[in-house]
Amino acid sequence: MGLKDVLTRIPVGFLTVLKTVTRRPVTIQYPEQQKPMSARFRGRHHLKRYEDGLERCIGCALCAAACPADAIYVEAGENTNEERYSPGERYARVYEINMLRCIFCGYCEDACPTNAIVLEPIEFPTGYTRESMIYTKEMLLESPPINVPATPQRTPPGKYDRAILPFPPIDESQ
Amino acid sequence: MPILLEVTLKSVVLIFVLLTGFAYLSLVERKVLARLQARIGPNRAGPMGLLQPLADGLKLIFKESVTPAGVDKPIYFLAPVLVVVPALILFAVIPVGQGPAFQLASDINVGALYVVGVMGVAVYGITLAGWASNNKYAALGGLRASAQVISYELGMGLSIVAVVLMASSASLADIVEAQMPGNILGWFVFRQPVAAAIFAITALAELARAPFDLVEAEQELTAGFMTEYSGMKFALFFMGEYVKMIAVSALFVTFFLGGWSGPFVDQVPILSVVYFTIKVVACLLLMIWTRATLPRMRYDRLMGFGWKVLTPVAIANVIVTAFLIALGVPGYK
Repeated sequence: MGLKDVLTRIPVGFLTVLKTVTRRPVTIQYPEQQKPMSARFRGRHHLKRYEDGLERCIGCALCAAACPADAIYVEAGENTNEERYSPGERYARVYEINMLRCIFCGYCEDACPTNAIVLEPIEFPTGYTRESMIYTKEMLLESPPINVPATPQRTPPGKYDRAILPFPPIDESQ
Repeated sequence: MPILLEVTLKSVVLIFVLLTGFAYLSLVERKVLARLQARIGPNRAGPMGLLQPLADGLKLIFKESVTPAGVDKPIYFLAPVLVVVPALILFAVIPVGQGPAFQLASDINVGALYVVGVMGVAVYGITLAGWASNNKYAALGGLRASAQVISYELGMGLSIVAVVLMASSASLADIVEAQMPGNILGWFVFRQPVAAAIFAITALAELARAPFDLVEAEQELTAGFMTEYSGMKFALFFMGEYVKMIAVSALFVTFFLGGWSGPFVDQVPILSVVYFTIKVVACLLLMIWTRATLPRMRYDRLMGFGWKVLTPVAIANVIVTAFLIALGVPGYK
């Protein structure tokens, strides 16, 4: 650097830095402010329901089989007409995802035959302890639509004989 | 006895002000630096982040104070103290206001010499810390510190010589008086611009601050001489650095910016302290601005710049100033 550079370029640099003060800070004040996420961002898992309030998850554990990180644990239970959680024979009695193991690859979504598990761009799994990072079924399951009873429901015999409906209604808004 | 009491009281007040100043300077630096980089900076602890220094201090107190194996213990523990003490005692000779009430020992006739001497001691803390840590990064940082600071001390000393020639006194109180023919043009920054520029550059190098922060260059040396220091020992280095920043700014103000001078100081003496503080804060902001602007210098260029540019220019400046004073050129007596 010659003397000419010192006397011309360095002041320009100083002024450039000073001009930045007038710019709005780019900082996003998480968690009060949050960046808008892409609609297809794979955030945390949600267990979906049908419009009549029944759970989509049938406890088949295909998601657990597909999971490369071995983060999902499923234990199935038997549905009865008096105490029905999902269509068909079985439902997920225990459904846990270890968010510390999950790599958010979305293979569980792909594996799910009923579109029950969905990764949505809302809420990030955060916590202070390892235990709190194991999300249970209660934490993952969506609340039922308004004016629709939660599970378990009492259902008429023969209505929900099939676990996978011939054309499972897919919510296109996801 | 009363003189002892007076000096003690003044020292206590000065140290209190300096330590508070250090704490808030660290916050101001983080805030201003953030704004200069289009960020917000600390704003969580207290309103506008005003309690951040307190939070930092508490954190550092409760941190485990690790002493690595193989360190040279006496020197390892002495080094942080050797950094803080010279930074604090530099202030003894600086007149922070008009009249003897605001001076600790600034009327001693070797003030400028004292300043150079104490600044020279300050580097020992850094070098010894680097050497005693038994760590390659720390040793490299300490080596750089000694080489860098010793070579820049020459330029700084010579720029102070020019100021002493102008004031024909080495007492800092006299140097301030010599800059006060009632107008701002009496400031040595206008009558000795070369010395002022050299002092500003060498001061940054003495402080080991950007763009001369090779001593603790994070990207190359992790934390340089501080690598093995944690907890309160780290806090002492941090404190030493920031108090030294304040002290060097105060020296620049005293030597070149007319010290405590300003309008109406004769009527209201307390105003002199206010002017002094404003000037010091301005210098500190300039330092932060510099840190946000300039990239770190390469080590060989740093040495080359010190020896091949600053030192000859400073010597030439002293010679020219001496001639101008001897010839009685207006503005040079």
